[in-house]
Amino acid sequence: MCEISKMDLNVTTPASSLEVPLHQTGQYGVKETMKSAEGLSGVKSTLVAAHPLEASEALVRKNRDQVDFTMLRNVQGMHAPLRLQMERHIAGKVQRLPCLHSSNVALDTLRGQDEHIDFNHVLNDPTAPEVMGDPHIMIERRAGILQ
Amino acid sequence: MNELFHLPTKRSNMATVNSAYAEPSLGGFSFENCKRNAYMETKGIKMPTARKTGTTIAGIIFKDGVILGADTRATEDTIVADKNCSKIHYIAPNIYCCGAGTAADTEMTTQMISSNLELHRLSTGREGRVCTANRMLKQFLFRYQGYISAALVLGGVDYTGPHLYTVHPHGSTDKLPYVSMGSGSLAAMATFEDRFKPDMELEEAKKLVRDAIAAGIFNDLGSGSNVDLCVITKGKVDYIRPHEIANEKGVRQGNYKYKRGTTAVLTKSVRSLPIDIETTVTGEAMDTS
Repeated sequence: MCEISKMDLNVTTPASSLEVPLHQTGQYGVKETMKSAEGLSGVKSTLVAAHPLEASEALVRKNRDQVDFTMLRNVQGMHAPLRLQMERHIAGKVQRLPCLHSSNVALDTLRGQDEHIDFNHVLNDPTAPEVMGDPHIMIERRAGILQ
Repeated sequence: MNELFHLPTKRSNMATVNSAYAEPSLGGFSFENCKRNAYMETKGIKMPTARKTGTTIAGIIFKDGVILGADTRATEDTIVADKNCSKIHYIAPNIYCCGAGTAADTEMTTQMISSNLELHRLSTGREGRVCTANRMLKQFLFRYQGYISAALVLGGVDYTGPHLYTVHPHGSTDKLPYVSMGSGSLAAMATFEDRFKPDMELEEAKKLVRDAIAAGIFNDLGSGSNVDLCVITKGKVDYIRPHEIANEKGVRQGNYKYKRGTTAVLTKSVRSLPIDIETTVTGEAMDTS
C-alpha cells in the first residue's frame, strides 16, 4: 500500500488538535475541558479545598460546642456536659423519615439556636431544597437494606 | 427523568442509585462553584466585579448623642453604579450603622445583626445595647475571616449613654469618640483631627460631620454625590437624607456665553426677503362612516 500523506488529500487539521496530547483529544479532535486532568475533574482538585472557609464552616458548630463543654466541665464538673449532651442526643432522635426535612424544634431550643438567625436560614435553606432524593432509596439506605 | 417511579432491583446500577439519594444539607454558603471559578480565572476569564461602596463614612459623639454621616455613591470598579444609595443602615430603633466595603456584604450583615438583635430584645424584654450589636458584628465577621468585606461604623444611644464603634472586615473593633472608614476615611479623619472637641453642640457637630464627609466627597474618587446624616439622641432619631446635595447633576460651574455688546457692531443692514405663500388643501375629507 502506498502511503498517502495528508498533504495529498488536502485535509486540514484544526490547529488546536495539533498542540494537544493525544490522550486528551476528545470526540471532535479538540481538548476536552471537562475531562482534563488539570482542570475541573482532576484528582488534585478534590484534594485541595475549594475555598478556605469550606473546611472551617463545616466545623463551626462542633468547635463552639467543644469550647463550651470544656469550660463547663472545668467549672462544674464532668456531670454538667454529660447531662446536656444526653439531652441533645435524645432530642436529636426525634426525626422525620430521611427524604423530608425535620423541624428539630427541641434540638434547636437546647442548642440556643431558636432565637438566632444565621445564613443557613437564608441561603440554601434546608427546609426548601432544590433537589429531593428518591424516598424509597433514602429509607432503604437508612435501614441498611439498600441493594 | 422520573426517579420517583424507579424501582431499584438487584441489578440497578450505582449511578442511578446515587443520583436518587440526596445528602441532607446544613444550608448556608455553598462552595460548589469555587473550583470552577478558580479554573476559569486561570484560563483568563474575568470574574464580574462586585458593587462596592468606596466610601466616606464617619461618626462622632457629641453632647447629647451620636451623629453618623455618609456619602451616597456606590461604585463598580471605575463606574458609578448608584448615585444616591443609602449607606446608613437600621440596626435597632436606637442603633444605626454605616457600611463601607462590598455593598451586598454590608447590607446583609447589618440586616442579619438587626434581626438577631430584635430576637434578643424580645427575649430579654429590654432595649438593646450598642455593645451587644458590636459583639454580634465582631463574632459574625471573624467567623468568615474577612471574606465578608464589610467595614462598619456603628453608633447608638442606650441607657448607659452614647457609644460609637468601628468594626473592620476581619472582626476587630475600636471604641472611639470619632471614627471614619472607607476610601475617603483619611480626608474625613483629617477634618476630625483638626476640629473635634468633646461635648460639642448639635449644630456645630452636624457641621463638623458634614465637612468631614464633604472632604471625602471632593478629594476621593470613590465617594461622591450627597451627604447623609443620622442624629441619634436619647429617645429620638433624626435620619436626614439628604442633609446636603453637594453635587448637582447637570449644573455647570461656569457659563461660556458671551454678553451682548462684547463684539462691537460696525454696520447693520436689514433686507426683507420676498416670500410667496401658497396654501393648497390636499387630501380627502375625513371618513366618518
